[in-house]
Amino acid sequence: MSGTHTVFPPPSAGEGTLRNRGGEGSDGAERSSPPHEDRALSGSRVPLLRDFVPAQPLLTQGPPSPIPSRARPTWDEQDANLGQARDRSGGGSAAEPSAPQSGYNFAYLDEGTKRMIRRAILKGIAVPGYQVPFASREMPMPYGWGTGGVQVTAAILGRADVLKVIDQGADDTTNAVSIRRFFAKTSGVATTTRTAEATVIQTRHRIPETPLTEGQTLVYQVPIPEPLRYLEPRETETRQLHALAEYGAMHVKLYEDISRHGHIATTYAYPVEVAGRYVMDPSPTPKFDNPKMDGCPALQLFGAGRERRIYAVPPYTRVRSLDFEDHPFRVQEFTHPCALCGAKGVYLDEVLLDDAGNRMFVCSDTDHCEGRRADGHVGTGEAI
Amino acid sequence: MYVAVKGGEAAIDNAHRLLAEARRGDTTVPELSVAQIREQMALLVDRVMTEGSLYDPNLAALALKQARGDVVEAVFLVRAYRTTLPRFGASVPLETGAMAVARRVSATFKDLPGGQVLGPTFDYTHRLIDFALAAEGEIETAAEAEPRADAAICPRVTDLLAQDGLIEASPPDEGAPVGDLTREPVDYPADRALRLQALARGDEGFVLGLAYSTQRGYGRTHPFVGEIRVGEVAVELVPEELGFAVPLGRMQLTECQMVNQFKGSGAAPPQFTRGYGLSFGQSERKAMAMALVDRALRAEELGEPVVSPAQDQEFVLAHCDSLQATGFVEHLKLPHYVDFQAELELVRRLRAEFEQRSEPVEMQEAAE
Repeated sequence: MSGTHTVFPPPSAGEGTLRNRGGEGSDGAERSSPPHEDRALSGSRVPLLRDFVPAQPLLTQGPPSPIPSRARPTWDEQDANLGQARDRSGGGSAAEPSAPQSGYNFAYLDEGTKRMIRRAILKGIAVPGYQVPFASREMPMPYGWGTGGVQVTAAILGRADVLKVIDQGADDTTNAVSIRRFFAKTSGVATTTRTAEATVIQTRHRIPETPLTEGQTLVYQVPIPEPLRYLEPRETETRQLHALAEYGAMHVKLYEDISRHGHIATTYAYPVEVAGRYVMDPSPTPKFDNPKMDGCPALQLFGAGRERRIYAVPPYTRVRSLDFEDHPFRVQEFTHPCALCGAKGVYLDEVLLDDAGNRMFVCSDTDHCEGRRADGHVGTGEAI
Repeated sequence: MYVAVKGGEAAIDNAHRLLAEARRGDTTVPELSVAQIREQMALLVDRVMTEGSLYDPNLAALALKQARGDVVEAVFLVRAYRTTLPRFGASVPLETGAMAVARRVSATFKDLPGGQVLGPTFDYTHRLIDFALAAEGEIETAAEAEPRADAAICPRVTDLLAQDGLIEASPPDEGAPVGDLTREPVDYPADRALRLQALARGDEGFVLGLAYSTQRGYGRTHPFVGEIRVGEVAVELVPEELGFAVPLGRMQLTECQMVNQFKGSGAAPPQFTRGYGLSFGQSERKAMAMALVDRALRAEELGEPVVSPAQDQEFVLAHCDSLQATGFVEHLKLPHYVDFQAELELVRRLRAEFEQRSEPVEMQEAAE
């Protein structure tokens, strides 16, 4: 590149708003007007904003107080057919809605904070793949445990939602259990382990094998949202690189992989280009899951709490894994099917059985595996 | 036959119960009260308040009890509580010049208005383990000196220097709103107020290490301790309905003003520059380290080359928070089966390719 550029800063929270200060990602907005003035925005029946609960005026607000129970909003009826789907037989476990814990607002965060997060989400949806700064809160679980995903889920969760939480593809890993319980306790929403029944799925490191559908939202927990971070540690630099769509360094990195190993040696957090513009980190999902992001009918939201960034992939958006004409993108292939359910073409976990080198490959997506076994599929059950 | 692992939920519940038991320890030993921690582990309480950004000795003491004495965990508890509190206003800037000093030392002037007050300090103790303490001996009462005639007037050393223009002027208060890094994402470059906020909340060990690095040549700032003062100051708030300040209470603070050399530039004459540190309670190490790093971070503003970690605000601000650091480091113990599987597959493939490549060479060598 030569000559001087006029660098247009990328759109960021707090810019392009009529308010004096703040905006999508900051708290200026939350102080400037009572939340219900924005009903025009929130009442537009966007799935994201369902069950918007007006907050108390913030300045005079005491400690978080329980929201009085009230009639479910009309658009809950739209979800009635989802309730029927819940009756499906087979494995999986589900908990019906219950009364949320008193002493905290619905889904823990106060409504002002939720609104700030929703604005960041809306900006993220409007600019697919762009990392929107947001005023991440200190959550009652540690950074690195999914505070970004938890804040996004808290901001979009409505009373009629059915929540599923997975970690490494499994509903029963300790952190998934912990986050699911957190929302069951603070929001009282119904939870499920069945992908098809969930309206909101929070995930760490996997995309479910069962194809997602319209109306579902997949919330990713993201540790490092910046795909260029390991190439350029400075935020001031990477923001400029994104603004200029200057992704040469990433291509050079992938090329160097090829020249050293004969193929691209990135196996997870494999960079993608979203809607032909921003290069995005898909969170550390194995690249096996990258194709599922492309043209996905579900809304995909990404929350990075420690790094204070939110980004999004709207439904039916082109998500292309970076590659070269002579070295096209390829996903991992497993030589054996799942030993429990016999599934092929799914991502497998390797389980060590003893100290003699015996191992077994089983589905990483536990719901998918249970569902198949309930339908009568059986694997060899044998060690390899 | 392998059966998919279940039981995360029961494991968590049991682990919590075990933790509660471990926290209590041997039940034949009397339990610590919050008041005991607050009074006898006061410096620890001060550190938790400082890094927790919340002045509440009882809460910090309780957090320490709950956290089994783990500082970072206690800071976490305090912060997670703090984040749920409503913001009802900002206080009037604290007047540390009017502090009721319990300790005040200057390394730049032998004597000065208000005098040097040694106060409670470890500085000149011999670090010999006092076995008498184990026997819970009575303490000697410290004698109280007659206050000096000028004890009530205790101007800041930097204000005295500023009268002669020897030190840069403190930037005037323009009444502009001060940012809050707990409520807005940091946008680089961050202004000095935000940097000071981050340093005040920052991990004492990390900030100390950075400060030390500036003394060893990584961004040298030629510092002198203009003054350290520890004592109580009044906190005042102007409620909108009243329009005048009302006292809310008093808090103990440690303030450190570093005086640093500056050779001057085309625009500014040679003069001393400032580095500032402030912490809750008595936390001198933290306040001094903060003042050194604050000055180092002003390198760009003062036209100095930015070459060292302590001068690099993205490096310092992004890494000084103990909760962010501990969260991301400790999250490595969360399951990473899926990503590790991907790496396993890659390493196996690379090894297979490596062996394929090296085989013919070995055969040739054997033939020779």
